[in-house]
Amino acid sequence: MKYNRREFLKMSGMAVVGVAVVPHLLQSCAAGVPESASATMNHFGVSAEDLKKVINTALEKGGEYADLFFEHTFYNSVTLRDNKVNSTYSNIDFGMGVRVVVGEQTGYAYVEEVTLEEMLKAAKTAARIASGNAKKGANNINVQEFKNYYPVQKSWEDITIQQKAPYLQKLNDRIFDLDHRVSKVIVSLSDTSSVVMFYNSEGEFFNDYRPMTTLSATCIMEQNGEIENGGASRAFMMGYEFLNDDIVEQLAQEAVKKTSILFTAIQPKGGEMPVVMGAGGSGILLHEAIGHAFEADFNRKNTSIFSDKLGKKICSEVINVVDDGTIPYNRGSVNIDDEGVLGQKTYIVKEGILNSYLHDRMSAKYYGLKSTGNGRRESFRHMPIPRMRATYMENGNVKEADMIADVKYGVYCDVFTNGQVQIGAGDFTFFVKSGYLIENGKFTQPIKDINIIGNGPQALADIVMVADNLSIDNGTWTCGKNGQSCPVTCGMPAALVSKLTVGGE
Amino acid sequence: MITNQHKELAQGAMQYALQNGCQACRVSIYSGTSSSFNYRDLLLEKLQQASESSMNIELFVDGRYGQYSTNRLKKEEIEKFITQGIAATRFLEKDEYRMLPDISLCYQGGGHDLQLYDKNINNISPDEKLQIAKSNVEEVYNSDDRIVSVNGGFSDGDSVGYMIQSNGFEAEKSSTWFSVSAGISMKGEGDARPSEGWWESSLYFNELKKSGLGKKAFERCLRKLGQKKVASGKYNMVVDYLNASRLLSPMLSALYGSSIQQKNSFLMDKMGEKVGSDKLTLIDDPHLIKTSGARYYDYEGVATKKRTIFEKGALNTFFLDTYNAKKLNMPQTISGPSTLIFELGNKNLEQLIQSQQKAILITGFNGGNQNSSTGNFSYGVEGFLIENGVMAQAINEMNITGNLIDLWKNLIEAGNDPRLSSSYRIPSLTFAEVNFSGV
Repeated sequence: MKYNRREFLKMSGMAVVGVAVVPHLLQSCAAGVPESASATMNHFGVSAEDLKKVINTALEKGGEYADLFFEHTFYNSVTLRDNKVNSTYSNIDFGMGVRVVVGEQTGYAYVEEVTLEEMLKAAKTAARIASGNAKKGANNINVQEFKNYYPVQKSWEDITIQQKAPYLQKLNDRIFDLDHRVSKVIVSLSDTSSVVMFYNSEGEFFNDYRPMTTLSATCIMEQNGEIENGGASRAFMMGYEFLNDDIVEQLAQEAVKKTSILFTAIQPKGGEMPVVMGAGGSGILLHEAIGHAFEADFNRKNTSIFSDKLGKKICSEVINVVDDGTIPYNRGSVNIDDEGVLGQKTYIVKEGILNSYLHDRMSAKYYGLKSTGNGRRESFRHMPIPRMRATYMENGNVKEADMIADVKYGVYCDVFTNGQVQIGAGDFTFFVKSGYLIENGKFTQPIKDINIIGNGPQALADIVMVADNLSIDNGTWTCGKNGQSCPVTCGMPAALVSKLTVGGE
Repeated sequence: MITNQHKELAQGAMQYALQNGCQACRVSIYSGTSSSFNYRDLLLEKLQQASESSMNIELFVDGRYGQYSTNRLKKEEIEKFITQGIAATRFLEKDEYRMLPDISLCYQGGGHDLQLYDKNINNISPDEKLQIAKSNVEEVYNSDDRIVSVNGGFSDGDSVGYMIQSNGFEAEKSSTWFSVSAGISMKGEGDARPSEGWWESSLYFNELKKSGLGKKAFERCLRKLGQKKVASGKYNMVVDYLNASRLLSPMLSALYGSSIQQKNSFLMDKMGEKVGSDKLTLIDDPHLIKTSGARYYDYEGVATKKRTIFEKGALNTFFLDTYNAKKLNMPQTISGPSTLIFELGNKNLEQLIQSQQKAILITGFNGGNQNSSTGNFSYGVEGFLIENGVMAQAINEMNITGNLIDLWKNLIEAGNDPRLSSSYRIPSLTFAEVNFSGV
């Protein structure tokens, strides 16, 4: 579906404010609000005075801090099925949320009709979390400046299905061309354009334009009466420039390779054994085994298995683990988080020592630190909480081949689908779609469909080798926590874990 | 409830679509409210309240199909959205199988009241909700030195929906829900802080169990202290009634028309064949009153009816909506199940455990997945080693691995203890000879 950029930006205000656009503009200018800020306020049909009124109402019961988060998201997807680009879906989501914080308590309410009356009602609801004397927010609007890690050359709002469809068709045709065993292909392209605006009781204001795009292919192959499925995807914070023949070819090759190998793969004999995590998607190990347990809300509440480990050695000194919101165009990047804290790169493990938790404003205040810019939310319907961005391990100095040669009997993990963790117990799992059995230092047999389970602190301590081939996996990683989904990525150089429990026959 | 304003908006959207190039159209409008309150220890940690509405519009244009949704429910904006949607849909290729269902298959009205809506929902004070959440924390707060944290929550909400189609179908529905939860985190061995929880839910506030959840969560957490993995091998497996549906869900996913049409289902050529033991009988019973999942029509307006999904292990029903039934050239059924009723045995969980000499009781799954083409699965598990009919050792960090058809053919006993508040009424189940990976 096509909305040109001007229409998209107008759409929110079109019915919400109607005739009120000009008065709001005048009010904004009169208050000395910078032009870029007042343009975004107009987009949402609110004025600087409205924002201050809502904040002051949110603080009327004595809240210590309040913020307002506005969002207008336009999502499109187009799908090819049975060789035809034959279905499409579009969604418009629009609204704003009011959050009030007092200590470790949060009140939250959101509305879809962004009028002053509705916003004030929401503010009164959220305000009830506190019970004290009324406070006032700042009287200024301090526009936050930030670096743009995902500048868009050609925005999706200006692109029609006619322009997208040839790429889906090419990807479908290429997959069929690559292997005669391919019997079904589904290709899907989705794009999201979000305008967000934020204002808090400290006077901090920002607006951001957040693009997201995903291209994915699912492939079914048949051989001698057996059927296997596999797929490939890429996701970046980019505009239409994301689509090109190179990415189509990469996905076609990857989808066919990942599916065809499954016909010769087995579920191995299970039990405890060494596991070589291949470069790239193995970052799911970091995400599940330690990443979630380093999110500061769990540690603030003393419910993480790493709650007492800050500043302590938790693994080999060759290990450095980063959570990074600044990788250009990365699916997990944030120019500025959903609480107005700048995107940044955070060392969570430095030379084997637990260096930092991943903070939002609340936990940062609790620990007397600055937020690490991890306060993220799924949409205006949710309050922000600490979330990962792009989580990866930095390079070591071992060659992957030497690592494999060191394993007498174990498995090599290559392709993953999902993972999970129990934050307090520390038990984590990830599902291996495909990999290899290692016997006497060599790959002897492809393997598939096994779950691997371990305990976070122990698994981290059991990483005995780290290779020099770091790769970020740019697939469609989505993390779920407290009922909120959040786009992330992960990455890793190959690494040898001396012992994990591998599922199997 | 659905207002006349909602209906007029949906009817207007449909008329606009039909007058501007659509040959057929389906419009659904949804409106809902929700609230939630959570205590951590004795402090109100979170309160959240919201109301929301959205419209979903499906356009059938010149043999092409597009779906559009928005929460911007202003007439002018909806009309502009539809205009853009019609233009966008015209860029697609034709798909001769996209169409509204035959009206003769749709719900014609006249069914008894399913009693899914509690009219008292707006009469419950926030203070009462807060007290319910807090009282479950107070049941166990400070009762044991090993307790790290206790959570108690209350949430409720309602939703109303109205659907109109250009084939003449029109219907509305509404429901309420209430739930209470408690969670507990305790000091375990080393740095571990194992956690457990309990929850209750109901469509009616007065029928909701509101207390005792904190104690239940504490008991469940206490019994799992000292977890360890045990030897790999084949064990009989008892899965408790809270977790049994996890093993049934991939069997049901394999029955959907979209999976079968795309040849991505390990059950696609198994209609009428045995895919489980004689103990596997599952019925979709959509018209029970005051029951989660109950409904008269699906997302297409197609009328629901009682169907047997599996009968003594034999596969009896695929979930085929209009599009996939036409594509597969098979008779249309229903797009998905409503309320699933598993044929019960005569033992509760305790009796199933007592009947096992050596087995593993599963009380939680931890990740894992399955191959939708082959039915191979591998899941992380926790629970208890059963020896001589008693839970002898808490276990964790283990995997079970196998094939779903083999697993269900090894179902040796079904319990009599499903949660009646769930739309999946699945009891505790015992399976023979399951592969466990541990030490």
